Amino acid sequence: MPVWDWGYAFQVLPQLLRALLVTLEITVLGSVVALVLGLVIAVVRRAHVPVLDQLLWAVVEFIRSTPLLVQVFFLYFALPRFGVTLSALTVGVIGLGVHYATYTSEVYRAGIDAVPRGQWEAATALSLSRGRTWTGVILPQAIPRVLPALGNYVISMFKEVPLLLAISVIEVVNKAKELGSATFRFTEPYTIAGLLFLVLSYPASILIRRLERRRAAV
Amino acid sequence: MDHLSRIVPVLLQGLPPTVIAAVGGIALTIVLSFGAGLALLTPRRWVRTISRIYVEGFRGTSEVVQLFWIYFVLPLLVGIQLVPLFAGIVVLGLNHGAYGAEIVRGAVRSVPRAQYEGAIALNLSPAQRMWRVILPQAVVEMLPSFNNLFIQLLKSTAILSFITVADVTQQGVQVLVPNFGDDIVLIFTLMLLSYLVLSVLITAAMRFAERVAARKVGRRPSRAARAAAIGAH
Repeated sequence: MPVWDWGYAFQVLPQLLRALLVTLEITVLGSVVALVLGLVIAVVRRAHVPVLDQLLWAVVEFIRSTPLLVQVFFLYFALPRFGVTLSALTVGVIGLGVHYATYTSEVYRAGIDAVPRGQWEAATALSLSRGRTWTGVILPQAIPRVLPALGNYVISMFKEVPLLLAISVIEVVNKAKELGSATFRFTEPYTIAGLLFLVLSYPASILIRRLERRRAAV
Repeated sequence: MDHLSRIVPVLLQGLPPTVIAAVGGIALTIVLSFGAGLALLTPRRWVRTISRIYVEGFRGTSEVVQLFWIYFVLPLLVGIQLVPLFAGIVVLGLNHGAYGAEIVRGAVRSVPRAQYEGAIALNLSPAQRMWRVILPQAVVEMLPSFNNLFIQLLKSTAILSFITVADVTQQGVQVLVPNFGDDIVLIFTLMLLSYLVLSVLITAAMRFAERVAARKVGRRPSRAARAAAIGAH
């Protein structure tokens, strides 16, 4: 048996590519959750509401300090006890999204903190409403600054999707496992799966690095 | 709740593999981070290239794929089957070492130029310059980032359950959930708490290291470095 069988490799490639679409779908949906929820957490925490603030801090730290895999298991196996049954795909999107929202919230916070005090004072002087201050003054300055950091987290999420094979989501690594188990040839499927990740995430990270450099130059 | 006394011991049995994987992974990460990180800064082009390939290769692919590749594919290619826990430590170290290399590179480059010039003016050899002048200052800068990295690594140990390591996750999901299904919420809560305790321990150890490292170069631990570490991942 040859170490690498090209015929077999080309035979499994289309199926792996189809499974890659599932991975990308979860990445995109999870990113939307992470980017929106993270912003909400950052803005709410900025208000420093006494008890709510400490509560949010504790929740964020707890989620950041424990494995995504165990959180996903919790959502998938334990939530039904509370009458909430979610599909594996939904669990993946929510699990990934909430986990990374705790990271993006810190990124947004750093971006918001970097907006000069004078901007807040000017908004107050112009008697802009709280909503207008956020949407018209603070966030348009805070978010562009942190785009590279947010982008890096999206790439991290993409690489964490394979965790979901534990709850039998058919993403690319799970597909590779399935194909390998059927034929007892694991070399080609796993190697191709790894290369697919590299082919997508390496150019993406170069793009982000370039974006970072351009920001630094401004 | 009456099952608590039977659940906790089973979970505690999973603690040694998790701790061994984390400690072993962290040790390997430190070695690879400095090795690859300093290699990224050498004037020799081929050394930089090799290091760059390692760093981008491991940062660009998924950790789960790396784990499966080393555990399932590598034995087919070279005929050596690694013990699951050992394979896990290798993957954790290789993966996080690639991230750590960038931390080391960034921290060394952030040491002001005048420090290099001063070391040259004092006639220190390149090795002395690195060990006695540059690295002690760079280490202070990199510790907060390493704290984040080590917590990531701890969380990643959970994937070793995929290759049958009997860690906390494996004990919980494979042993406890099938036998104590009614206490599923309790089981998962205890699992999550075990990881929380371990990451608090890592942070405590790293804060201590930060203080020691800062004192050695006559500084106080900088809040700015920690804040910067949060944004960069």
